[in-house]
Amino acid sequence: MLHQLESFARNSQSATGLALQAVLRKVAATEISRRGVLKGMSGFVLAAHFMPDTAQAFDAYPTQGLNMPHGVRNDPHIFVSIASDGQVSIVAHRSEMGTGARTSLPMIIADEMEADWDRVTIVQAEGDEPKYGNQDTDGSRSLRHHIQPCREIGAAIRKMLEMAAAKQWGVSDGMVEAIGHQVIHKTLGTRIGYGDLAESAMALETPARDRLRFKTDEEFRYIGKGQIQIYDLHDITTGKAVYGADVNLPGMKFAVIARPPVVGAMIKSVDDSAALAIPGVEKTIQIPVSPLGSKFKPLGGVAVIAKNTWAAIRGRDALKIEWDRGEHGSFNTPAYEKELRASVAQPGSSVRNQGDTEKALQSAAQTLTYEYYQPHLAHAPMEPPAAVASFKDGKCQIWAPVQSPYVARTDTASYLGLKPDDVRVNVTLLGGGFGRKSKADFATEAAFLAKQIGGAVKVQWTREDDIRNGYSHTSSVERIDVGIDADNKVTAWRHRSAAPSFLSTFVKDEGRQHEIEIGMGLENLPYAIDNISAEQCKAYAHTRIGWYRSVSNIPRAFAVQSATAELAVELGKDQKDFLIEMIGPDRILEAKASGLPGKFWNQYEPQEEFPFDTARLRAVAELAAEKAGWGKTLPEGEGLGIAVHRSFVSYIAMVVHARVEDGTVRVPEVHVAIDCGFAANPERIRSQMQGACVFGMSAALHQGLSFENGEVQQGNFNDYAMVRSDNFPEVVHTHIVPHPFSVHATGVGEPGVPPFIPALTNAIYNASGKRIRNLPIDNQLA
Amino acid sequence: MKITVNGVEHTFEGDLSTPALWYVRDELALNGSKFGCGTGLCGSCTIHVDGEAVRGCLVSMEELDGKSVTTIEGLSEDGNHPVQVAWRQQNVPQCGFCQSGQIMQAASLLKTNPKPSDQEILDSMSGNICRCGCYQRIVSAVRQASTGA
Ligand code: FES
Ligand code: FES
Repeated sequence: MLHQLESFARNSQSATGLALQAVLRKVAATEISRRGVLKGMSGFVLAAHFMPDTAQAFDAYPTQGLNMPHGVRNDPHIFVSIASDGQVSIVAHRSEMGTGARTSLPMIIADEMEADWDRVTIVQAEGDEPKYGNQDTDGSRSLRHHIQPCREIGAAIRKMLEMAAAKQWGVSDGMVEAIGHQVIHKTLGTRIGYGDLAESAMALETPARDRLRFKTDEEFRYIGKGQIQIYDLHDITTGKAVYGADVNLPGMKFAVIARPPVVGAMIKSVDDSAALAIPGVEKTIQIPVSPLGSKFKPLGGVAVIAKNTWAAIRGRDALKIEWDRGEHGSFNTPAYEKELRASVAQPGSSVRNQGDTEKALQSAAQTLTYEYYQPHLAHAPMEPPAAVASFKDGKCQIWAPVQSPYVARTDTASYLGLKPDDVRVNVTLLGGGFGRKSKADFATEAAFLAKQIGGAVKVQWTREDDIRNGYSHTSSVERIDVGIDADNKVTAWRHRSAAPSFLSTFVKDEGRQHEIEIGMGLENLPYAIDNISAEQCKAYAHTRIGWYRSVSNIPRAFAVQSATAELAVELGKDQKDFLIEMIGPDRILEAKASGLPGKFWNQYEPQEEFPFDTARLRAVAELAAEKAGWGKTLPEGEGLGIAVHRSFVSYIAMVVHARVEDGTVRVPEVHVAIDCGFAANPERIRSQMQGACVFGMSAALHQGLSFENGEVQQGNFNDYAMVRSDNFPEVVHTHIVPHPFSVHATGVGEPGVPPFIPALTNAIYNASGKRIRNLPIDNQLA
Repeated sequence: MKITVNGVEHTFEGDLSTPALWYVRDELALNGSKFGCGTGLCGSCTIHVDGEAVRGCLVSMEELDGKSVTTIEGLSEDGNHPVQVAWRQQNVPQCGFCQSGQIMQAASLLKTNPKPSDQEILDSMSGNICRCGCYQRIVSAVRQASTGA
C-alpha cells in the first residue's frame, strides 16, 4: 500500500501530489517505526518539508541504504538492551576494519538515548541481515546509511525510558526528561536510573517516529565531538583484541592451502609424500578448482591439515603439484599494458557525450594527449586472510574477519549445500580490509575443510598467498585528449578508459566495465567545458578482480588531476587557478546536460539528497590551497601539488608538499580539505585521512603486481613494498568543512586515497620537473 | 628445551625449527603477537627475548633454549606500560593489527634509549609496517612515552 501511494506521489508534480507526499511522510514515519524497517522512503524526496507533531531536529531523508539487500533497520529492541544495573548493550552490526564504524554507530545511539558511554558495552552482530538489515561494510557507507536509523533507535529508547518513568510517577510524558543515564521528574527533581527503568521501558512498543524528539545539534554529547575513543583501544594495546586467526577451538586443526598459481589452473597431479612426512602434518585434502567468474568461491587447490600452523606451512611448501595452467597461463604484464594502450587508441563505447567532442577535437587549434597507467594492486591488509570453522551435526559455525558476514554465510551455505540457517558467521575484528575481506573465499575454505574433517579447523593464508591469490585492483590505461582553441580555451575533453572489470569475478567477462566503475570519475568530470566525452574501451581480466579501497576512483583521479596540471603548465597558468577555472561556475551537475544517457551513478545515492555540487568541490580545493600556503616560495627540489576528487559522495582536495632528493621523494606535509557533510566523528575522519595518504603513497611509490605466464611475481613486503616510518607523509593536516547535521553525512573510509596520488605526482613535477604518468614511481626519479 | 614466557617456565618438545611466533600463538594461546609476513619484514610478531625486540617469526625455538620471552600480554601487569598509555592517549590504532608489534618495538627502543631523537624513533620503528598508516601518531606516541609530553 505504502509503495503504491509512494510511486503515485513520486510521479506527481501537482500541488496535490506535494501535499499527498507530506501526508505520506507522516504515514511513512508511523509505519516505519512500527515495522522497524525503513523501506520505500525514496519517494519522499521532493516533498515540502514535513512539519512533525513535536519538534524534530531532523527530517528523514532517503539514502541508498534503503535499497540495499535487507535494507536498513531501526528497531530499538534489536539493537539495544539495558541490564538492571544500568549497563547498556548496543549491537554493532557493521564490521570493524579500522575506520571506527564499530564505535561510531553505537556512539550515535548512545548519545541520542542519553546513555553514558562508559556504561555501554558493544556487542558484535553475527551475520544476520534479515534481523539487522544490510551488514556489508563497504563503499564508505556505514555512517552515511546508518546515522539516521541510529538516531531513531536512540531517540526511541530515550522516549521509552521517559514513558516508563512517567508511568511510574503517574505523570504525563512531558513532565519527565532523560538526561545522563537517568530520567528526571522536571518539577520534583526526583530521578530514576536507566537500570531501574529497563524492564518496563524495554517492554514497551517502539513509539512512532513522529512521537520522538530528536536532539538538536547543540545537544549532542558525543556526536560530532571526536572525544570518544575506539571501543577496542584497550584490548588492542594489550594484545587482547581478537582477529580472525585468534580464535581457538578445542581439537582444532590448522590448514594452509596450495592454491592454483594461475586463476583456474587445474591440478594434474599431487605428490604429498614429503608433506605428510613432516611432523605434525596429518593429511591433505583437495579443494575443487573454481575458474574465473566464480564470485567468492574458494580458488581450490590442496590443503595441508596439521597440528599447528608451522607444520601446515612447512607441509604446504613440501607439496609437489603439477598444474595445467589453463587459459590464463599466458598472461604477461608487459604485453597486457600494450594491449590496454592499444585499446584506448581506438574509440570505445560511449558513456558520456556532451556537445560534439569529436568535432571540437578536429577543429581545435591544438590537441594534447595524456596517457596514464596503473598496474594491478593487492589489498595486502596487515592481517592476511584467516578463518576458523567448525562442523557438527550438519551445521557449520565460522569465525572470520569479514566485511560482509551475511554474504559470507549465504555463499558458504550454497557452496556446502546447506541452508543459511545451518551456517552461523561470527565476526571478529578485521586487521584491515580495504575491500579484500568483503570476498569471504577464505571463510568458505575453512567451512569446506571443517566439513571434510568433521571438526574444527583454522585456515591461515600466508602473506605470499594474500599477494598472489587475492582479488586484484584493476589495472588501467586512462587516456585524455584535450582540444584547445586559438585563445587557449579548453574546448574539448575526451577520456577513454581501458580496465578489466570486477564484473569478470561474477559473470562471463565481456571486457566491459560495470556502471559502478564508470560512475567513479569517468562519467562525471565536473569541468566547465562545452564538449566532454567519455568512453570505455575493451579490456579482459586474467586474474580475479575485486574492488580495492576507492576502486576505479584511483586511476581516474590520477589521470584527470594529472592532465589538469599538465595542461596548466602547457598553457602557462597556475595549476591551482587553472583547476578552479576548469571546475567553473558553481552548479549542480545535471546528468542530461552533461550528456549522459541516464542518471549519474552517484554511488547509487539519490541525486536530490546527494547532488554533485561544484561549489563544494571548488571550496575544498581552495581551502587546501589556502591552508598549504599555495604559491609560497620553496627551496630548490621542493614543490606543492594539488588535486581534488569527489568520491563516495565526499569532496576531498589535497595539497602535497614533496621534496625530491637523490632519486627519492619525501613528503614533509599534506593539507587535506574534506567536505563529508556532517562530521559524526572528526577524530576518526582525521585518522582515515592520515591513513589514506599513507595508503596512496605506498601505491604511488612502490606497488604493482606483475604477472608472468599468469603467475604473480611478487610475494611479500620485499617486492610488494609498503611505506614505512622512514619515509611517510610526515604531517597530515586535515581540515574538515563544518556542517550541521542537516547536511547529510557522506563517506570517509575510501575517498582520501584518490586525490593523494595525483597531488603527489603533481608535487613531484613541481619539485623536479619529472612528470609521472606510469605507476608505480619506483626508480623513475633516479 | 625450556623457555620462560611472560615469567612462566614451559617445556617444549616439538619441532625445534618452529618460530617462536607459532609457539606462543598455537601452543600458549597468546594471540597478541601477530603473523603479518613470516619473513621478518613487517614487525607484527615482535616479542622481547631477554628484553630485546626480536621478530617472533624468525627466531626458532632452538635459539630460545633457556631464554626469557615477553609478549605483549606480559609487557606490563595492568596494561599501563608508558608506551601503552601513550598509544591510547594518541589514539594510535586504526585496525589495530600491527599495534602489538609496534608497541613491543617502541618499548624495547625506550628501554635501551630512553630519550631517542626523532630520527632514532623513525629508524627504530621502520621495521614495523602499519598498513592502515598510523605512522604520524606512532611517532607522536613514542615521543610522548619518552618525554611524557
Ligand atoms: S610476521 Fe614477523 S616480521 Fe612480519
Ligand atoms: S593499525 Fe592497522 S595495520 Fe596498523
